[in-house]
Amino acid sequence: MNTIKRLLGLVWLGLAALSGYYGITALGIPKLTSGKTDDLVFGIIIVFVLMPIIVGGLVTFGLYALQGEYNDETN
Amino acid sequence: MISEHQTQKKSNTRSLVNVIGASSVGTLIEWYDFYIFGSLATILATKFFPEGNSTAAFLSTLATFAAGFVVRPFGALFFGRLGDLIGRKYTFMVTLLLMGGATFLIGLVPDYETIGFMAPLLVLVLRLLQGLALGGEYGGAATYVAEHSPAEGRGFWTSWIQITATAGLFVSLIVILLTRTSMSKEAFDDWGWRVPFWVSILMVGVSYIIRRNMHESPLFAKVKAEGKTSTNPLKESFGNKFNFKFVLLALFGATMGQGVVWYTGQFYAMSFIKTVCNVDALQADGLMSIALLMATPFFVLFGWLSDRIGRKGIMLAGMLVALVAYRPIYERMYQATNLANKQEITAATIKDSVVMANPKVAEASIMTKTVKKEYTDGTKLTEVTKLKIAADPNAEPAKAEVKKTVSINDDDRWTLIWLVFIQVFFVTMVYGPIAAFLVEMFPTKIRYTSMSLPYHIGNGVFGGLLPAVATYLATGAKEANMAAEKASEALPYATPYLEGLWYPIIVAAVSFTIGLFYIKNRPVAAEE
Repeated sequence: MNTIKRLLGLVWLGLAALSGYYGITALGIPKLTSGKTDDLVFGIIIVFVLMPIIVGGLVTFGLYALQGEYNDETN
Repeated sequence: MISEHQTQKKSNTRSLVNVIGASSVGTLIEWYDFYIFGSLATILATKFFPEGNSTAAFLSTLATFAAGFVVRPFGALFFGRLGDLIGRKYTFMVTLLLMGGATFLIGLVPDYETIGFMAPLLVLVLRLLQGLALGGEYGGAATYVAEHSPAEGRGFWTSWIQITATAGLFVSLIVILLTRTSMSKEAFDDWGWRVPFWVSILMVGVSYIIRRNMHESPLFAKVKAEGKTSTNPLKESFGNKFNFKFVLLALFGATMGQGVVWYTGQFYAMSFIKTVCNVDALQADGLMSIALLMATPFFVLFGWLSDRIGRKGIMLAGMLVALVAYRPIYERMYQATNLANKQEITAATIKDSVVMANPKVAEASIMTKTVKKEYTDGTKLTEVTKLKIAADPNAEPAKAEVKKTVSINDDDRWTLIWLVFIQVFFVTMVYGPIAAFLVEMFPTKIRYTSMSLPYHIGNGVFGGLLPAVATYLATGAKEANMAAEKASEALPYATPYLEGLWYPIIVAAVSFTIGLFYIKNRPVAAEE
């Protein structure tokens, strides 16, 4: 189980990159550049709040998982 | 000896019931305050945001709604730190007063037509204060109750705090429903929508009096008496790798998935019924209230069950069934109210058309067409089309605004009630045990701070953004279909109204997987 937990760390890192890419290109940028005030607010929240939490959080979580921080003997 | 033990046990239970009663009432009121804004989102959009496209106005309010949620983690940090430094009781007294004051003041803000941009600005500031207060409240109440409860019954006792979020939404819907039915539609649209905001001040007053007489949590009081409180709760919570890894685990393995299940089952369901199925607002509020009431006891059931079989299995099962069932449930909701599935009584159709002068533009006019249709199963449709006619005959014609209101029959109403009930049932599975789960993850001296942040990021950010993200995805799919239709191409989306569900489905799936592999069924005990 500990090996799976470690290997899944790579999945979380990949997921962080993927969600960052799609979050910014498919959600964030179209909203920020639409020229509408409402979209701007939404775009700012996506790019500057949601994405940093998802990307930063998943990268840290993935790294901890890879380092074995969540392995049974260290919990 | 046995009798003495039983008397002591009875006295402890009575004292616990008082603690939970006082904490829950206050928390319920805070949720009420927070949710009346969301429940009245459509009418607030017309009052506080510049006139124009109604979808844009609606999205503006959702954005403000999201802002209220996004600020919650900051409230969690600010008040969580205070709670770990000076105590739980005083901190959640402050959050209660802050929330009550902000809510009452929203009810007093003049609309956009009266004071211009100051109106949405003031509403936004007050909404942010509400978010801050809520960010501090929940963690305090959950911690306070958990620290009074015996370890073997923590899931059961904290589940009463878990009820308050849904109960707060329920009370908000009932107060709105009572206000709506006690006056004409015009009066409600004009000033009646302010009443639910004003009612808050009375409830907060009562709760303040009840909470004032409560004592500090025994575990925190002990830690404080021993001089073992944290001097820097933020640093110890998030700067310490051992604790921070549990904060991340709580967020990604539990609260993130729980947050989207909560907001899909309660807010997105309500928004879908009102804006996609076009069900009459009064009927929608009524059926939501019944479904919420029917599902509420299950919070306590799953809290109790989590004391016996563990918290993890119940929460993850809730996420799994939710992500599998959402699309079929929403498809059924859509088809139950889809007029294409019903037979129209053509003889009963009434058409009416009125042209009136546009009060805002000289020499311009507004044409209002009203079509009323009836269907053999008792469903009724009212379609109002408003078209602004410019004074200049050469001007480009404005886009017509169409508002459909469907009044559903009893069978369809009960179909929707059961479908919402199932979703709220999923909510009770993920939400009932989560307060006890979070409390048990962190030690007393930094518990308020450590548990509040993942809870409010999971619920406030991931959950709170759900209506806006889901509306965006569904609108995008609808627009793509319209463009394809115009170009005589195949439609890219078979069910554009279901596209918004991909957000909660994906988030819940990730959270389920993380929870499954990394969370232990019996979390790290944190009694110290």
